[in-house]
Amino acid sequence: MSQQQDIYYVPSKSQWPIVAAVVMFLTVFGAAHWLNAEPGEAGFGKTVITIGAIGVIGMFFGWFHSVIKESLAGHYNAQVDTSFRMGMMWFIFSEVMFFGAFFGALFYIRNFSIPWLGGEGHGVLTHQFLYDHYSAAWGAAGGNGPMRIGGAFSTVEAWGLPLLNTLILLTSSVTVTIAHHALRAGHRGKILLFLGLTVLLGATFLYFQAHEYMEAYKELNLTLHSGVYGSTFFMLTGFHGLHVTLGTIMLAVIWLRVLKGHFSKEHHFGFEAVAWYWHFVDVVWLGLFLFVYIL
Amino acid sequence: MAHEATHDLHDDHHEPQGFFQRWVMSTNHKDIGTLYLIFSLTMFFIGGSFAMVIRAELFKPGLQLVQPYFFNEMTTMHALVMIFGAIMPAFVGLGNWMIPLMIGAPDMALPRMNNLSFWILPFAFALLLSTLFLPGGGPAGGWTMYGGYIVQPPAGPPLSLQTGSLAYAVFAIHLMGISSIMGAINIIATILNMRAPGMDLLKMPVFVWSWLITAFLLIAVMPVLAGAVTMLLTDKYFGTSFFNPHGGGDPVLYQHVFWFFGHPEVYIMILPAFGIVSEVIPTFARKPIFGYRAMVYAIACIAFLSFIVWAHHMFAVGLPLGADIFFMYATMLIAVPTGVKVFNWVATMWGGSMTFETPMLFAIAFVILFTIGGFSGLMLALVPADFQYHDTYFVVAHFHYVLVTGAAFAIMAATYYWLPKWTGHMYNEFWGKVHFWCSVVFVNVLFFPQHFLGLAGMPRRIPDYNVAFADFNMMSSIGGFLFGASQLIFLGVIVHCAFFSKKKATDRVWEGARGLEWTLSSPPPHHSFTVPPVVRDEELAHGHADD
Repeated sequence: MSQQQDIYYVPSKSQWPIVAAVVMFLTVFGAAHWLNAEPGEAGFGKTVITIGAIGVIGMFFGWFHSVIKESLAGHYNAQVDTSFRMGMMWFIFSEVMFFGAFFGALFYIRNFSIPWLGGEGHGVLTHQFLYDHYSAAWGAAGGNGPMRIGGAFSTVEAWGLPLLNTLILLTSSVTVTIAHHALRAGHRGKILLFLGLTVLLGATFLYFQAHEYMEAYKELNLTLHSGVYGSTFFMLTGFHGLHVTLGTIMLAVIWLRVLKGHFSKEHHFGFEAVAWYWHFVDVVWLGLFLFVYIL
Repeated sequence: MAHEATHDLHDDHHEPQGFFQRWVMSTNHKDIGTLYLIFSLTMFFIGGSFAMVIRAELFKPGLQLVQPYFFNEMTTMHALVMIFGAIMPAFVGLGNWMIPLMIGAPDMALPRMNNLSFWILPFAFALLLSTLFLPGGGPAGGWTMYGGYIVQPPAGPPLSLQTGSLAYAVFAIHLMGISSIMGAINIIATILNMRAPGMDLLKMPVFVWSWLITAFLLIAVMPVLAGAVTMLLTDKYFGTSFFNPHGGGDPVLYQHVFWFFGHPEVYIMILPAFGIVSEVIPTFARKPIFGYRAMVYAIACIAFLSFIVWAHHMFAVGLPLGADIFFMYATMLIAVPTGVKVFNWVATMWGGSMTFETPMLFAIAFVILFTIGGFSGLMLALVPADFQYHDTYFVVAHFHYVLVTGAAFAIMAATYYWLPKWTGHMYNEFWGKVHFWCSVVFVNVLFFPQHFLGLAGMPRRIPDYNVAFADFNMMSSIGGFLFGASQLIFLGVIVHCAFFSKKKATDRVWEGARGLEWTLSSPPPHHSFTVPPVVRDEELAHGHADD
């Protein structure tokens, strides 16, 4: 609802939006050029994407620097705080929908396209004329499709590293919540300890996932090319891993900001936004563990 | 409540200084709104010029002007530019300008992000349009970018199809998506958080309501489009098999994901138009809108239904029968809330003391011609009939009636309606009416014959056709050229109003106009409201006790 404020707040002009637009453009332009480059001609694209990526990091640094400065100077009233909260909530909702597209693809493939290729329902003629040797199955038995794209592979065992990673992420959600309670109670040492633990748990998760990827590529022959099984496996876990990486960096930044004393018991939206994001990443992982690894 | 503010807590309290500072580093919703609108108008003419190429080639049978591949680039780029470059930014620009004024807010809730949302767009379109100059050309698989046309296996396709444009187009769409999502987040935060005290949700103008719901649709579906095109990108460049049956994938999967975005997208392009028309008609009928609450609920209802009708774009791919039937009935259901809106617009005019200034003319044309587009949509919703109409010019006629005489006409109505408020000067009414009559006549010459072409079986997206279709195509092309030329009048009226018009606009501008935006001066001050305004019910268009 509308806040009962006497005076509205409008932020000052800023160069960061246009800087952001330019560096985002450079990043994707470099990437597109790189993807299309003949072997040996990728240098230009790589240079541009590097400049763009460094620019993106610098832009985030600069933009947040000015926002933090304004926040510490007490410019932001309760209404601005609510706007920030709404912004973060709806941003996370958009991320949910982004993952929804890939989960939707996974469900469609497992429930429709694989059975149809195996001759079920109205796929009967496709099966008979094109793929009569194929019997529908998921996982190593048929997840790379009738033409066995990428060759024979094995799947990652759910009850090994993935289970461990599940426990790690769940624990990290608990530790970040303990840190939040400590923040509201004003126990700085406890915040730093539990927030630091959360960062470490995030990093451990990423280490294990990198290990799992290497094992998949080297020993299981499970790669991005392993038919649609490999496609969905690596796209879903890969985008999730990217989000964990971002979340871990964000948590580390918040840890530094706690160290510098940026947050008070009442005003710590930066902390809360990152905590929300971390819980979101955690929930997505539970979906992945269930639908990608176990089932 | 009514504190007199003697000091100003705005950080942004200086009047705009340099050109760069004012327009590039802006945090002002009016300046950013103006940028959006200018960008949209530019894209309207660029996309329109592509359409002129298409109509010129189709003027008579045979290949006269362009090669088929280039023709396909034109149809693809025309759609992408018009949808993402002209229509959507125009609505965002109108929302930027008007929503804060209408709800008594000082600005958008997140003004810097607002600026970023805009500035991404010129770069995104530079990226997209640059593909036309790539060796091998731009994307030519249609704006829907179905995997089968766009992603070719490495060795298979003819040389002309081996273009790198897909990567550029996909990244451009990612950028546009980021821009739209940020813009939508901003609009939701503004509407939910920045309303002046007393501006209850059900007192908001219908235009604000329509944008609130549209913003929700945008946040829900733009990420899905990003996911869909990302899968295209990895299928082409990283060897994934999402849409490749050999590897267990399915090209139809792309269509499902795309249209899960695509159908809400068409409502994203029409709901703000409904909002605009719901502002214009009451003003010139001098009556409050008929059934205000029903109008709001109808918009919400259409938005909900938009999520469960996507497969009506795909009847011809061979869906299971149950899916065909479900999507057919769900689609026809949309006619109910849409009908509520059309009848309420008519009832608003009924018995009103109407005058026919240019915005009203466009709004009335909208109601009639959009309804024609709605009816052809109902025809397309019928599965057995759609098997016949699918991918014919009937579909082209249908969606141009809803997007040109629907969305674009509403944007023109809004431009004439609010231009005096924005510039402080009246536009030239005579030339406005000339623009209207030229547009409304020629747009029908342009698109109405396409219904007959489609029913007779002329497929869309082809550069050449059977001589049997010659007459209607020539008629359509003539209409197209004249409709295109008519838009130069639009440009002239806008430029004249912004820079040369001597006639000052009053604060209220239109005799029957109600709402907070009309209580401000024309043009409004750089910061409209520095303290929350007192909302008086008699100033509002809606929300009286008797509504």
